[in-house]
Amino acid sequence: MADRLSKSSSRVLKNVVKGNEYRKEALISYAVLVVGYILLQIGAATGFIGHNLQGQFVPICVYVSLAISLNLVVGISGELSLGHAGFMAVGAFTGVVVTRVLEQNIAFAPARLIIALLIAALTAAAAGFIIGIPILGLRGDYLAIVTLAFGEIVRNFMNVLYFGLDEKGHLKFAFNHTIDGIDNSQRIITGAIGATGVTKHATFTSAAILTAFTLFVVLNLKNSKQGRAIMSIRDNRIAGESIGLDVKKYKLMAFVISASLAGMAGCMFGQNYSTLAPVKFNFNTSVLILVFVVLGGIGNIWGGMIAAALLTVLPEALRQFADYRMLTYAIVLILVMIGTYNPAIKARISNIADKIRPKKKKDKDKEKTGKEAA
Amino acid sequence: MKKATRFRVVSYLMICGLRSKGGINMKFRKLVGLLAVLAMVTALMAGCGGSGSSGSGDAEGGENVLHLGGIGPLTGPAALYGVAVNNGAQLAVDEINAANPDGVQLEWDMQDDEHDAEKSVNAYNKLMDDGMQVLIGTVTSAPCTAVAAEAFENRTFVLTPSASAAAVVEGNDNVYQLCFQDPQQGQIAADYIAENYPDAVVGAIYNNADNYSSGIYDAFKAEFEAKGKKVVATEAFADDANADFSAQLNSMKKHNVDFIFLPIYYTPASNIMKQASDMGYTPKYFGCDGLDGILALEGFDTALAEGSLLLTPFSADAEDDATKAFVEAYQEAYGEKPIQFAADAYDCVYAVYEAFGKTGLGTDASMEEICEALVEQFNGGFSVTGLTASGEMKWEASGIVDKAPKIYLIQDGKYVEQ
Repeated sequence: MADRLSKSSSRVLKNVVKGNEYRKEALISYAVLVVGYILLQIGAATGFIGHNLQGQFVPICVYVSLAISLNLVVGISGELSLGHAGFMAVGAFTGVVVTRVLEQNIAFAPARLIIALLIAALTAAAAGFIIGIPILGLRGDYLAIVTLAFGEIVRNFMNVLYFGLDEKGHLKFAFNHTIDGIDNSQRIITGAIGATGVTKHATFTSAAILTAFTLFVVLNLKNSKQGRAIMSIRDNRIAGESIGLDVKKYKLMAFVISASLAGMAGCMFGQNYSTLAPVKFNFNTSVLILVFVVLGGIGNIWGGMIAAALLTVLPEALRQFADYRMLTYAIVLILVMIGTYNPAIKARISNIADKIRPKKKKDKDKEKTGKEAA
Repeated sequence: MKKATRFRVVSYLMICGLRSKGGINMKFRKLVGLLAVLAMVTALMAGCGGSGSSGSGDAEGGENVLHLGGIGPLTGPAALYGVAVNNGAQLAVDEINAANPDGVQLEWDMQDDEHDAEKSVNAYNKLMDDGMQVLIGTVTSAPCTAVAAEAFENRTFVLTPSASAAAVVEGNDNVYQLCFQDPQQGQIAADYIAENYPDAVVGAIYNNADNYSSGIYDAFKAEFEAKGKKVVATEAFADDANADFSAQLNSMKKHNVDFIFLPIYYTPASNIMKQASDMGYTPKYFGCDGLDGILALEGFDTALAEGSLLLTPFSADAEDDATKAFVEAYQEAYGEKPIQFAADAYDCVYAVYEAFGKTGLGTDASMEEICEALVEQFNGGFSVTGLTASGEMKWEASGIVDKAPKIYLIQDGKYVEQ
């Protein structure tokens, strides 16, 4: 037993040094995305996948992106954030306003979407920066509480925010009342009703590209000098400080990047429906994203991606249970949580993985560790 | 003695539990893990099965069945409305099927949306997979707006029983509302008060944080002023849980208001009536459909609402034959009094059924064909009677319903139609 342990740990160490672990993770993550995209496209083209699942292509990509970006805060930076839906809301409503304003000037829809995504990323990053500065000095539960409050503040703020265009096409906004001189057709955001009559810009391909971009950013950050600094602070803050790492700077970096990626995902989400209400971005949505991350394994990026995709589809797949649908969903969720965190099952999976591993490589590993031991 | 026995049992169980940690617990954990995997696999297979069988509805086309789809919140905080719509529509479908077993048969399939736009679109797509031909829904406004846009693109005919926001029908030529729009209620109330109570000193109390309430109030004020009248005093509050209305009532009293317009839900309205009565202030009240239900409110003295007027499309206490028969059948089937939403859905099913009969199409017609034919009917002066209108209901091409409003007076603890 001890022999096996030392063997595997030395293997891990070597992989980390050589960047193998990173390459493996990146390979699996991109493979999950590409295979998923191709399978769904083929399914849709051949008619095997019906309207119900096709309608969920964009939300799946959005939730996968959100799971990846939250993993940056929860898994890589090691902080519990419960306000991810808040950043999503900032991005979504920014996107709606931007695309509406650009409709007068830019005829090419994908260009509008790209500009909207960029501006959504900026505003969400700004929101992340503003709340990140005071709160990242906090640790553990306190950060969770403040981010939770942030999510609720954003939602309540959106409840009283009115946006509209006047006759000249200028943007106007007001709080807690409708804007004088602006009729229904020129309203963009109407308080608690949110945005209605949104022109949809999101497509499966654009959403998949956004997911790939999110994945690219997070994986590269994780494997960079900054990423290693962030992770070392997560593992031991005092040790990190002692070698001169600026703890606050690195934590803020992870938090703001995560916020801007969530803003982009939110923007894509908002562009997929003709209506967008602030109530969508409540605490439950934040928790749902956290569930994706936890279920996929905290810090495990491709695990979170698969969990997000499956849990988005699951409630729809359970429709045949009719009245017992949500009950079944909850039970499945609990069972999966118990199951995936069960050491016995984990051991079994790693056994199977070991068996599948090509024998050649295994022998090679053995040889090498043998040499090292010698 | 008894206590001691219980203690012994509990401690025995505890010891067993501790002992089992090594053996049984491991087995238990394996079992749970296995169950989890099984559950996931079944769920996934269920999903594939559902999408694989798309278009099965078309295969049954030969059976002379018209597939009606419904969407609404069957779970979550708004479930009350969705369940009522489901029950009301099912009742109408059963009646129609039983009355004419050789004619067109209806099939009703309602999908849950949890009062969420995203889930609502999912539900709509699920119904599309299952071969829906006409959609009766969505029950609530925001999800309905999202679904209406999809239905507009795919050409599904939509008649919503209760989504009252203006955005639902805006820009969608194939979406119709059976309920009054929020602003419509305000206009109707203003016209009624201006005509029947020309000498009243009118004030209003409304919830300015609520879309429904402020929508009605804005339209009421505009229409009332257009009639050359004035709302003497207006007071707002921001939370239906508000319990103290003394400031608002004192303001009303100061302006000598003797007729208060209350476009709010019945809980705050009951507090207003109670506190006004405690102050020795007895104005007349006029409410909208949100006020329906006040007489059944627990702990509310119905004498306080005596003489109040309300504008509501349906009341389970109404005395006409159609309502009585519906309430009786509903109570027999579901064991409770129907609310307005159930009556709206009941009327929707009959409206679609009768309009479909006039199109001359067979049940094997495609969703798009039915949509165009029904739009032609609804725009071409099709009319139908129902529980939620006095007289006939017609539709404007914009999708807004044109029906005579029902105004009730509360007299001796009962609704009396005016």
